[in-house]
Amino acid sequence: MQEMMTLLSNYNVPAAFWVNVQLTLWSALFSLILGVILVMMRISPVGSLRGFAVAFVEFFKNMPLTIIMVFMLLGVFVQLRFQFSSTFSTNFYWLAITGLSLYTSAFVCESLRSGINTVPLGQAEAARSLGLSFFQTAGLIILPQAFRGSVAPLGNTLIALLKNSTVAAAASVATETSTLMKTMIEYNASMIIAVFLIFAIGYVILIIPIGLLTTWLSNKLAVRR
Amino acid sequence: MTSAQAETAETTAVAPSKGLFRRRAKSVEQSVLFDEPGPRARRRIRLFNVFGAIAIVAFVVWILYRFANPPQGENQLSWDLWKPALSADAWIYFYLPGLLATLEASVLAIVGSMVFGVVFGIGRLLPVRIVRWISSAVVEFCRAVPVLLFMIFFWRLFAGMGFNDGAAFWAVVLSLVLYNGSVVAELVRSGVGNLPRGQHEAAIALGMSPLRSLVSVEVPQALIAMLPAMITQLVVVLKDTALGSIITYTDLLQESRRLGSAHFDTLQTLCVSAVIYFIICYILSIVAERLPERLKRHTIGVVREPVQAPIAILDPSNVLAQERASERELPQGGAEPLFPDHYHGSNAVVTDAWRYAHMEHGHDPRHPDEHLKTILPESVYRKRSQAEDKAVRSVWGDSDDEDAGDTGDASAKDEKK
Amino acid sequence: MNRVAKKILAAVAAVVSLATLTGCGTSSAETSGPKITIGIKYDQPGVGYKEGDNYSGFDVDVARYVAKQLGYSEKQIVWKEAPSAQREALLQNGDVDFIIASYSITADRKKVVDFAGPYFVAGQDLLVRSDDTSIKSAKDLNGKNLCTVSGSTSAQVIKDNFAKSVQIMELSGYAECVTALISGTVDAVTTDDIILAGLAHAKGNGLLKVLGQPFTKETYGIGVKKGDTQLISKINAALKKMVDDGSWNKALDSATGGTGYTPNKEWNPPKNFDAENSDETVRQ
Repeated sequence: MQEMMTLLSNYNVPAAFWVNVQLTLWSALFSLILGVILVMMRISPVGSLRGFAVAFVEFFKNMPLTIIMVFMLLGVFVQLRFQFSSTFSTNFYWLAITGLSLYTSAFVCESLRSGINTVPLGQAEAARSLGLSFFQTAGLIILPQAFRGSVAPLGNTLIALLKNSTVAAAASVATETSTLMKTMIEYNASMIIAVFLIFAIGYVILIIPIGLLTTWLSNKLAVRR
Repeated sequence: MTSAQAETAETTAVAPSKGLFRRRAKSVEQSVLFDEPGPRARRRIRLFNVFGAIAIVAFVVWILYRFANPPQGENQLSWDLWKPALSADAWIYFYLPGLLATLEASVLAIVGSMVFGVVFGIGRLLPVRIVRWISSAVVEFCRAVPVLLFMIFFWRLFAGMGFNDGAAFWAVVLSLVLYNGSVVAELVRSGVGNLPRGQHEAAIALGMSPLRSLVSVEVPQALIAMLPAMITQLVVVLKDTALGSIITYTDLLQESRRLGSAHFDTLQTLCVSAVIYFIICYILSIVAERLPERLKRHTIGVVREPVQAPIAILDPSNVLAQERASERELPQGGAEPLFPDHYHGSNAVVTDAWRYAHMEHGHDPRHPDEHLKTILPESVYRKRSQAEDKAVRSVWGDSDDEDAGDTGDASAKDEKK
Repeated sequence: MNRVAKKILAAVAAVVSLATLTGCGTSSAETSGPKITIGIKYDQPGVGYKEGDNYSGFDVDVARYVAKQLGYSEKQIVWKEAPSAQREALLQNGDVDFIIASYSITADRKKVVDFAGPYFVAGQDLLVRSDDTSIKSAKDLNGKNLCTVSGSTSAQVIKDNFAKSVQIMELSGYAECVTALISGTVDAVTTDDIILAGLAHAKGNGLLKVLGQPFTKETYGIGVKKGDTQLISKINAALKKMVDDGSWNKALDSATGGTGYTPNKEWNPPKNFDAENSDETVRQ
């Protein structure tokens, strides 16, 4: 306990967690948008878009996040010279968010698709018979219900995203938790267990509420059929 | 680079699938959301199709063009850079040893996490409160902590404890075991939860203890039921071994970066290793998708790749809600339960034939209790608890006015026969 | 059901035994006798470089010589990669017996590990694109981008002494830095001159040049675990012998010959093996 207090007063652990939370929130926002676009492509009648969405999802689902992060750095930044900002630290931060968003959007798409599968066929048929177009059917009838049906997997994805944000270290984001933990262990090798527990408990504190909220929401929102 | 990869993925990723889930998904996606298009709509779709294809191809070509003509520096597509990344020496000295190291860690980790998962999964199901609490705490903890933190911690811990060699290897394996084991523990628990209650009751009636019943009757069936999910988990393990490169474990990713540093073509070697990762993971994904059909014969549990591993946090019920919500409709109304339906805790599985037969005899499956009431005295007839009633109703749909129509449909169908 | 369970069990057992077998295969000794594990760089042409089963470079030659003097034959050496960021950890963990990986002796590092040597005195320098005439000295780096490997302090030296507004990018290897330099993402790569010379040579075609104005004194030491004074004195004796019998010069020649690089004559070859700290004071 004493050790933890000294460690906490010597290092700014909350700041590191805040970086991870920020990474998570931005990536959650972007991957949700991208995931919705992908799932719309997947259920659209246009073959080429459907094919692209399938390829995109399968590609990112079966690719280690570490590789994606390294690609963001060495491929997108170093070779293609895409940059968000001429300040390196800001640039790496947004590159990491881009990588996380691309990776997570595949899982968001899959979650939403599983949610779409919970919507009975009759709903779509009814929408069509009312004369709604594809976008109206998808946007007004199917997706709202799909969101309610996919709260659980989306919550899982959010939890995974928060944990994955530590991999931003592979994209040179040096202020996040795993990097700080490494530094702290290096200089406090004798207190390694205390260092680990600080970070582990931090994640437990962040993640348990998300899990509880997800469980509560999915039970509350699940459409009884 | 990712999009260049995506292009190669596009050519390989023709998703052939026979699974229950995929087939249904396809039918929903393709036939219901939009009408069978007329000539005008078909023209429009064709137009969109062409435009979409052009846009995608243009995007990929633009990326490749930019790789070939970067603002400054070398052509990244030149053979000079790709040759050392694809040469025989690269495979012999870098990719294959790296792949072996990756597979070694993955296999050991998946086996370890199975053991961990079964132990703690049973722990969470035992009627002893202390054991249950401890198992729950361990599982929740291991699921909440990022794998990378586990790896860094164990790496330095093992090192400090004086493991000379393989500190990184065992750190990778143990971290993966802890995380994936806790996922497996949840799968075991939900797998056992999805078994009919009669299995447990029969085991108890035979004089087995609850632990014995779990170990020799319920968990083995649950394990078979969750095999597809385990393979999905193997994909996760395989992907996560790449984190090992951050703690100097010389896996495929680390080896390819090392190869790249020798010839100044890290990007190219990364592409090669990315393709290797993708192919292996993709094959495993397909296997996981196809396996359920073959396994159905061996268990009474629900063999089906879950949408995602259940949320561990304190309550498994959300999984059931999820599963239940995805039950599909049957022609005669109602939904086909993905959970095997059992008649009053008996071991008899409710098959379609059984259901038709009972409907023919005027039995309404939505109110099985009413039927019993008429033949059994109140004292013998055990009333369902509210929760059980709700569960049964949600399986069968609970609106009363629908009932009349549906049974009418059914009988009309029967008459036709 | 039973049959399937058995099949699964059998498969699992097979897989486990396979895994343990391969595990044994990689770790068990191919040759008899004691082993010595030496940490080197795998990715620095001219210094420490691995291609297939061949190890080459100045560090590797020194390591071979020292190991021989300690009584280990070539076959008893186990090479291990020692990336910059993990050198202290490898020593603390006991993963390696000693590290020869362009490891400069500093007061900070002496807190966690001990050093034998120095076996070479290098100086920090800059590697730039040949066609880039805007960088003539480290001072010109203001507003420019600089690359170094993670865990190395060399970029910080420049930021503190020459160019306050330089931006630093940390990648995991020098080769990645060189690609970034060629693609224009960064304008210079900094580390010790001998490493830069090796990189410029390996990349070839005159694309890159070493600035040739070393502004620090980096004493390369052989890192050993903290407190192992016995090993230190043995290594120092071996180094002295190496300089005296001319093997040192031969090793340097074979490692950097043809790159147009000459080490600082005043410092090299080292005469006192007293683990002298690198000279942090930077010559402006």
